[in-house]
Amino acid sequence: MAVDLENPSNYLTTRLRQAVNWGRKYSLWPLPFGVACCAIEFMSTVSSYNDISRFGAELVRFSPRQSDLMIIAGTISYKQAPILKTIYAQMAEPKWVIAMGVCASSGGFYNNYSTLQGADRVIPVDMYVAGCPPTPENLLYSLTLIQEKVEKEGLVPARVRHPGFSEALA
Amino acid sequence: MSQKLVERLQREFGADILATATNHGDESVTVAPERLRDVLAHLRGKEGCEQLSDVVGVDFPGRDRRFQVVYLLRSWAKNHRLQVKVDVAEDEAVPTVSDLYRSADWAEREVWDLFGVPFSGHPDLRRILCHHEFEGHALRKDYPIEQGQECSRPEKLFTDADVARAAQRATAVVSDPGGVVDEVHPSDLLTVNIGPSHPATHGALRAELLLDGETILEARTEIGYIHRCFEKEAEDHTWAQVMPYTDRLNYCSAMLNNSIYAMAVEKLLGVEATPRAQAIRVIVSELSRIIDHLVCVCANLVDIGALTNYWYLYNVRESIYESLEKLCGSRLTTNYARIGGMSHDLYDGFAAEIGHKLDQLLEGHSDVMKLVARNRIFLDRTVGVGVIGRADALNWGYTGPCLRATGLAYDLRRHAPYSGYEQYEFDVPTGEQGDTHDRIMVRMAEIIQSRSIVLQALDKLPDGPLNIDDHRVVLPPKRTVYDTIEGVMNQFKLVYEGIRVPRGEAYGFGEGANGELGYWCISDGSGRPYRMKVRPPCFPVFSSYAQLVQGGMIPDAIATLGSLNIIAGELDR
Repeated sequence: MAVDLENPSNYLTTRLRQAVNWGRKYSLWPLPFGVACCAIEFMSTVSSYNDISRFGAELVRFSPRQSDLMIIAGTISYKQAPILKTIYAQMAEPKWVIAMGVCASSGGFYNNYSTLQGADRVIPVDMYVAGCPPTPENLLYSLTLIQEKVEKEGLVPARVRHPGFSEALA
Repeated sequence: MSQKLVERLQREFGADILATATNHGDESVTVAPERLRDVLAHLRGKEGCEQLSDVVGVDFPGRDRRFQVVYLLRSWAKNHRLQVKVDVAEDEAVPTVSDLYRSADWAEREVWDLFGVPFSGHPDLRRILCHHEFEGHALRKDYPIEQGQECSRPEKLFTDADVARAAQRATAVVSDPGGVVDEVHPSDLLTVNIGPSHPATHGALRAELLLDGETILEARTEIGYIHRCFEKEAEDHTWAQVMPYTDRLNYCSAMLNNSIYAMAVEKLLGVEATPRAQAIRVIVSELSRIIDHLVCVCANLVDIGALTNYWYLYNVRESIYESLEKLCGSRLTTNYARIGGMSHDLYDGFAAEIGHKLDQLLEGHSDVMKLVARNRIFLDRTVGVGVIGRADALNWGYTGPCLRATGLAYDLRRHAPYSGYEQYEFDVPTGEQGDTHDRIMVRMAEIIQSRSIVLQALDKLPDGPLNIDDHRVVLPPKRTVYDTIEGVMNQFKLVYEGIRVPRGEAYGFGEGANGELGYWCISDGSGRPYRMKVRPPCFPVFSSYAQLVQGGMIPDAIATLGSLNIIAGELDR
C-alpha cells in the first residue's frame, strides 16, 4: 500500500483484493444460529462488558441474506440439521462459519440418538471454538482468527470457485 | 395427609386400586387402565387435585406388562400430591386424560414418542421430541443410545386442509346472521413461521401462525429442536456423572438444577446434606434465580423495544457471573453441587463480594423500574396481553412465576420447604390477572426477595463440615486417597462403579427459576439410574402457548413468549 501525501487529492495505491478484504474483515455481520447454552454466552459477548463491536462485528443480523459470518451457538440435533443447511445456503458469498462450543464442533458429550455429531457434517465450518460453553474471550479470539482468514481470501471466494456446492446444500 | 387420601381412594374404588406404595414420602396407587379415567376424574373433582404435574413412562422389558405410566398429581389448595400408576403391555392402549387435564396433552405425546405407549382418544398423538421421520421409540431399553436417525426436512404444521378449515371458521365468525356473508378464502390467510432459529424465540422453538390480516387465527407450536436426550444419557452414566448434564437443562440457572438433582438422589439414598452445604445451595440457587430472572426480563424488554434495560440488567448479571466463575471455574455450566454436599467450599471474601454486587443489583433494578414501571409504551404492550386465568393456569400445569402472576401465592420453597428454606424470611410476590405485565413484575419482585434470602443465608451461614461423612457417597479427601489403601479403594469404587444407590424410586423437586423442577428417578441398585425423568417447568407452560396467543397479533405473541421464559434446553431436555 502506498500513500501520496504531497498530492492534494491524497490518493493511495493498493491491491483491490487487499482493500476489499480489509473492509470485509472489519465489518463482519454475524448471524447467531443460537440454539442452546452457547447462545447465552454469545449474548454476553455482544453486551457492553465484552463488547464485540471493538472488532467491528456488532451488527448482529438475524436474516441470513444480510450476514456473512454464521456463529453456530449450540447443539445441532438431527431435527435442526435441515434448517441449519437451508439457512447456510441462504447466506450470500463470501461467508464464514464459526462452530461455537463442543456441541457444534463435535456433538460434545451428547453422543446420542438425537444429536448431530458436529455441524461440519452438514455445512462447512471455518473455525471450531473449544469450551462448553466457550467464554466470551474465547469467542472473540476465534473472531480475530476468522479476520485473519478473511484477509487471505481471494476476490472470488473459494466455495464459489467450486460450483455446485451451494446448490447441493439447498 | 396423602396417606389419608389413599385410604379414601381405597374406600371409593375398592379392589380397583390394585396396589399402593410409599416411596420416600410419595404415595402411589396402581390402577387398571380401564379405571384410570374414573380415578383421575374423582381425584380432580372430589379431592382437589387440580394439577397434573407430569406423566412419566417407564420401560421394564422383563415384565408381562412392560410399560408403566405414572401420573404425578398435585393439589395446590390441599398441598398434597399423589402418583397414579398404570401398567400396560406392549401395544396396549391407555385411555387419554387430556380432556381432564390440559397438561396431559403434551405429556402423553411425549410418552408415546419415547416409549410407544398409545393413548386412545388423544386428539393429536404425534411425536413431540424426536423428529417426524424417526422410527422406533428412543427411551425403550432396547433402543441403542447412539443410533441417530437423520431428518430430511422439517414438518409442516398447517396442511392445506387445516387452512381451509380455519377459513371456514373465520367466515362463520365474521358473517352476521341474516346479513351479507363475508367469506374468508383460504388464500386470504397467511401462514407465518417463527423459529426454530429466530431471535425472538430465545432458543430453538418453533411456532407457525395462521394470520387473517394481522390477527392470529390459529397457532401451532413444535419443540424438540434441542432434544439432547438427557434422560437416555442419564441411564448411560453413573449418578455422579449426570450432574454436568443437569447444568445444561436450564442453562441460565445451572446451580438450581445441580442442587435439586443432588437433593433428589440424596432422597433416594436416604441421606441429607449438611447444614452448611444446604445453606450454600440456597445461596447459589437464589443467585441463579436472580440471574435467570434478569436474563428473562431483559430479553423480554428488548423484544418489545426497550433496549436500554438490557444493558442495565445484563451488566449486573455479568458481575455476578464473575463471582460464580471464581467459585466454580465456569460461568454458565457450573457443576457445583455434589451428591452429599458441594464440590468445594465458598472462597474467602465471597460474602463481601456478593454483598457488594447485590447492591449493584438494586441499582440496576431501580433504574429499570424507573424506565418501565409507568412507561406508557411498556404498559400498552404488556397489560392485558397473553392473559391466562388462575384455573386455566393450574389446568395447563403452570408453576413458578407464571402461576404466581395469576394471583396464586404458590411457591415450593414455602409450601414444601427444603434445604432449610423455612429459616429465611421472604415474601411470595403475586400478580393479579396473569398477563405479560404481571409475569414481568413478579420476576422483578422475586429478584428482590432472592436478594434478601442470599443476604440472610450469608449472614447465618453455619460452620461445620461441607460434605456428609459417608464414603459410599462422597469422594474421600485427596490426602486419604494418597495415604491409605481404604482411601484408594473408595475413590476407585466411586469413580468406576458409581454411587450404589439402593433400589427404589423417588421424586425430588424444588422451586426452579421457572417453576417446579423435579427429578423422578428409579434406581435398580446398580451404579446408574434405571430411569430419570425431569419435570421441566417450561414444558407445560409452553404447551399452552398456542392457546394464549390466538386472537392477538404477532407483536403480542412475541411479548407473551418472552414473559413465559421458555428455556429450550429444559423444554426439550
